[in-house]
Amino acid sequence: MPERSNVIYHYDGSFDGLLCCVFECYAKNEIPLEILSPEIARTTLFSGKEIITDPHKARRVLVSIPKRMGHDALNFVRNAYLTCLAQKELYILRFLRLGYRHGPSVMEMLTDEVVNTLFKAVNHLKKESHLLKGFLRFSVFENVLLGQIEPKNQVLPLLAKHFCQRYREERFFIYDKTHSMALVYKPYQFSIIRMESLLLSEADEEEKFFRELWRLFYDTIEVEGRHNPRCRMSHMPKRYWKHMTEFGDPDSRDGTKDFSSKKLKFRGSI
Amino acid sequence: MDVFQKLEILTAAAKYDVACTSSGVDKQASAGGIGSAASEGICHSFAADGRCISLLKVLMTNVCAYDCKYCVNRCSNDTPRTMFAPRQLAELTINFYRRNYIEGLFLSSAVLQSPDYTSEQMLEVLRILRDEYGFAGYIHAKIIPGTDRDLVAGIGMLADRISVNIELPSQDSLRMLAPDKSKQAILMPMDYINKRIVETKAERKSRHAPKFAPAGQSTQIIIGASPETDYRILNLTEKLYQKYKLKRVFFSAYIPVVENSLLPAVGSKPPLLRENRLYQADWLIRFYGYTADELLDENNQSFNPYLDPKCNWAINHMELFPVDVNRAPYNHLLRVPGIGVRSAKRILTARRSAKLGFEGLKKLGVVLKRAKHFITCSGKSMDGLKNSTDAVLQALMSKKALRMYYEDFPVQQAAEQLSLFDEPLYLREEVQKCLSGQM
Repeated sequence: MPERSNVIYHYDGSFDGLLCCVFECYAKNEIPLEILSPEIARTTLFSGKEIITDPHKARRVLVSIPKRMGHDALNFVRNAYLTCLAQKELYILRFLRLGYRHGPSVMEMLTDEVVNTLFKAVNHLKKESHLLKGFLRFSVFENVLLGQIEPKNQVLPLLAKHFCQRYREERFFIYDKTHSMALVYKPYQFSIIRMESLLLSEADEEEKFFRELWRLFYDTIEVEGRHNPRCRMSHMPKRYWKHMTEFGDPDSRDGTKDFSSKKLKFRGSI
Repeated sequence: MDVFQKLEILTAAAKYDVACTSSGVDKQASAGGIGSAASEGICHSFAADGRCISLLKVLMTNVCAYDCKYCVNRCSNDTPRTMFAPRQLAELTINFYRRNYIEGLFLSSAVLQSPDYTSEQMLEVLRILRDEYGFAGYIHAKIIPGTDRDLVAGIGMLADRISVNIELPSQDSLRMLAPDKSKQAILMPMDYINKRIVETKAERKSRHAPKFAPAGQSTQIIIGASPETDYRILNLTEKLYQKYKLKRVFFSAYIPVVENSLLPAVGSKPPLLRENRLYQADWLIRFYGYTADELLDENNQSFNPYLDPKCNWAINHMELFPVDVNRAPYNHLLRVPGIGVRSAKRILTARRSAKLGFEGLKKLGVVLKRAKHFITCSGKSMDGLKNSTDAVLQALMSKKALRMYYEDFPVQQAAEQLSLFDEPLYLREEVQKCLSGQM
């Protein structure tokens, strides 16, 4: 096994680019100290080796993964690439090295530090994407459904199939504010594009009408005798509330202001 | 009356029904339609009481011909009454669904005129949704006891899940509190639904032929409005799973909404702990391979308030432990407190490639605090393990249960409060014996 070297890889942030880092690592028989995407590289002063994304090399690595360790492992690595795990690139590299050595059983090595860390990260991704299938809210603007999310992981590729099936005859648009990406759909095709910002115009009367009805339903469905805000919070962490119709919209309800004043009170009592 | 008022009244009247899952079926809309369903179910929000909001849960109407004593909608109750027009409710559902507020519709109803008339109205909502909108989202419809079979059949072909609520767990309680319902009127449609589900499954010639209630049937039992014990309720639950192949039995802690000498007083607290224990036991029956008789019996008719049913079973069967995580079969692993379905499956996977130690178990999500007293790793117990009754009980109780335990059996001196379990207290020892079944 090669020594951990002091070299730092810089790649373009794409999945193919990452596969080229894997190629490089085997070609030079070295394990880099870091693999940095442009976003991370910008904040560090380390200089290192620029890994050029070469589709041919990427393809060779891509084809080798299912051959050597099975399709599950490839899917797993694709998902791992979408997670918000710090140093995910290095973990993916180390995972693939394990996979080339042990074959498909790498997917069983759940107590291995590398495999375990990646499994947890992928579970986090899947859980977040599952939650957002429910927590995402659309507003209807001129018969187009617009929704905004702020996930920690890059969930759009995992949400695509679900929403494209569900709203097959609609046109919709889901904006991922964290990663400046958007999922755009019209019958029957979708794409995921880069997008720096999203400006929403004022909701029309019909849209406001249904928002109000939903808030009314939300408030009414609670059984007061069972009031349990902690239970609600553990199922639906507060970071999701911001973009949810039943809490958001400070115009018609003081949801957000209310939270901050509660927080202040809480601090005061400590 | 405007739609806001209607929605408020008919939501408030429906909220005591606890079933709100959208699970059990995978499907998607055909061309021109809208909607899909995911077998794992999707929660769209959580109300301030911590319960999942998955479906638009409303009543068709709260006008009721019946006078069930426990119910807010009983005809003798003085409350504003209203009704959705079928098309109005269908449109509301679609508009909520487009905005991804909900996974579908949960439609129940009070009894307007007769069970048949009410069911016809409900059927019309379902028909508009399915036929006119091509809606493939989730629909859970209630069957009102006494509804004509053809109507039940019609609803079953359009809804994903249907349910008949038992509400009261015995014939006596029904007679006393719900004089318009009878055990027969509830169990007959349940039996019929089960048979239809089995028949249509067998008759289906193509994969695309419509199914009868593809997500199965469920029911709800009210806890604490009538005197039945946990043991009786759990036995009933088990029989319902076996006999009618129910997908779920839901429990609803009774919240007094009416003064009646036959019922708990208004303002008394709902038995939430009991409800929680019943759900825990229900889970053990459905996913862990326990039987009702293992969890409770004639001599122990109530759940232990301090310990969950699985821990309670474990400390009463210490002779079956420890099990070895590197060798024990799946169903034995499942019986270990601190090991759940997921971690048991992970153990099976992980031990194929490597021997498991305690560190590894932690990584797999095993709760060692509880599990350590019941397992070995390749023949070895965890280092420094104390297996006294004291230590085991302390490990198995939740923080809340410990506090409750402490309040129920207080110690006299303040100093002893700090070392709750270290002091050999006469009283506490007796309690421990009770808990571990030695008395």
